[in-house]
Amino acid sequence: MPLELVCPAGSLMALKAAIDNGADAVYMGFRDNTNARAFPGLNFDDAQAAEGLRYAHDRGRKVLLALNTYPQSDTWQRWTGAVDRAAKLGMDAVILADAGLMRYAVKHYPALRLHLSVQGSATSYEAVNFYREHFGVQRAVLPRVLSLPQVENVVKNTPVEIELFGFGGLCVMVEGRCLLSSYCTGESPNSAGVCSPAKSVQWKETSTGLESRLNGVLLDRYGKDEKAGYPTLCKGRFEVSGETYYALEEPTSLNTLDLLPEMLKMGIAAIKIEGRQRSPAYVTQVTRVWRAAIDAVKKNAESFVPAPGWMAELNKLSEGQSHTLGAYHRPWK
Amino acid sequence: MNLSLGPLLYYWSREDTFAFYESAADWPVARVYLGETVCSRRHLLRLPDWLDVAGKLAAAGKEVVLSTQTLIESESDLKVLRKIVRDGRFLVEANEWGAVRLLSEAKVPFVAGPTLNIYNPQTLDVLAALGARRWLPPVEVSRSALAALLDHAPAGMETEVFAYGRLPLAYSARCFTARHYNLPKDDCQFRCLDHPDGLPLATREGKPFLTINGIQTQSAGVYNLIDELPSLRELGVACLRLSPQSRHMERVVKAYDAALAGDASAAAGLAKVMPGASVDGYWHGRAGLEHDATQHG
Repeated sequence: MPLELVCPAGSLMALKAAIDNGADAVYMGFRDNTNARAFPGLNFDDAQAAEGLRYAHDRGRKVLLALNTYPQSDTWQRWTGAVDRAAKLGMDAVILADAGLMRYAVKHYPALRLHLSVQGSATSYEAVNFYREHFGVQRAVLPRVLSLPQVENVVKNTPVEIELFGFGGLCVMVEGRCLLSSYCTGESPNSAGVCSPAKSVQWKETSTGLESRLNGVLLDRYGKDEKAGYPTLCKGRFEVSGETYYALEEPTSLNTLDLLPEMLKMGIAAIKIEGRQRSPAYVTQVTRVWRAAIDAVKKNAESFVPAPGWMAELNKLSEGQSHTLGAYHRPWK
Repeated sequence: MNLSLGPLLYYWSREDTFAFYESAADWPVARVYLGETVCSRRHLLRLPDWLDVAGKLAAAGKEVVLSTQTLIESESDLKVLRKIVRDGRFLVEANEWGAVRLLSEAKVPFVAGPTLNIYNPQTLDVLAALGARRWLPPVEVSRSALAALLDHAPAGMETEVFAYGRLPLAYSARCFTARHYNLPKDDCQFRCLDHPDGLPLATREGKPFLTINGIQTQSAGVYNLIDELPSLRELGVACLRLSPQSRHMERVVKAYDAALAGDASAAAGLAKVMPGASVDGYWHGRAGLEHDATQHG
């Protein structure tokens, strides 16, 4: 079935919200650094995961487990233990980035379905097919760096299902290949499961405005009428050759509603909504819009136009109240 | 322990690039990594040119390694990759897993580059089975994390560590140099040529923070492990990678060579030719931009 809607579940409440509003699948993480949203108060212990699985399976939906950080040598067992728990709980798939961990999963649980995480940084069919041949990976999530024609070229040259990010926070860097956060704070998504961690954030009101810092590094300074966003490192304002601007990326969200007909046509298997750190209310609203949009495009792709109400609702939820087609749309680059 | 000259991460004119490698033939490095690893639009040297340089350096007694592009986006990127693998005369460094696939299919030994994300011995073992004979950890890996990995590393695997230079930290589809000049990436006018050591990015209070290098983002601080040679030796690290800079690279290489030979004054000499502040936080398990104050100031 093409264009499966895959929604974020940072908590049991968010999981139920996603399922109740039409997600075909949800993805979650365990409550530690084995996943790339290792935030305090987020994610699932085994009992909650089991309840979430029951809730989803009773309604014919799937649960995917993100195990997408890179296992560290001295705590390798934490990651293999997470694979063991996923298999025991009956997860519909595990989303992995690390080749060594994939080898472990295939060896011990040959029936467990494997997805290649976006953190695996596979941007070509040669890379995607590598994971297929060696570990039987059945789906790959592509980094948010390819244009749509480039995505189509991957789809045409691999039997692996392709999942794309559709909505939410926008990584401007290739996922899995960005160490900006650890350069500044010591912790990166790859090794610690966090980007620009909250514990390193400092806010300070000064005479020149509200300042946001990450481990002491000034990321931005906001004037009176400016809305301050979460200080994600790549979305700060910096000085380059005497000019102060968003040197890497504006605080904006990815929104690909406009591209749904093309994604359907090229055979994209699933659309992923980013945001396990978001509230159940957010998940409710985003899932509802995307369910309606995917149903509409499947009914009639030729005449599909995103309803103005959908765009308005999504923009309200977007970072900086604005959105972009990101790399899918060539001029963004 | 010996020295490697890492791949050139910046975009220089043809003349400057040829001149750089002509002098490198006489430097005390055991091997040289060649090729464009950052951006496929950088074409002043095409693969035949690189192979030409490779031949000359090999004739001068250097081990030559062809380094592959880190972010593969298009079919033409894959074509170049296939040509590199097919050439067969030189060892190849794989910087993403598509290259690993092609090299293992060709059944040739290869170097597993620092962007393959090898954080544990199990993944290194997967690569060893596919033909990797040398590897580099990601630049963020600390001494103690590397030690834990090497305790269980596959036999016969050589370890190379990125030891000197601005740290390559991130890759994007977007070109930040073109963005700075308000140019579309597809018509970037090759502005990277104006910035032979990248474009400095500072915070709003003027503190150097990062370096823009086309689609790559580097640190502003210069990673420098010259004070860490004893711990690198103790770990059994075989080679140290020195990343090219546009000026004084010969002095950088000679400083490391002297330090390897036991010259305690080499670090102070190196400090004079570094294009930015020394950082080594990653090696000590801290934020990358930090510097171990117990060492040279």
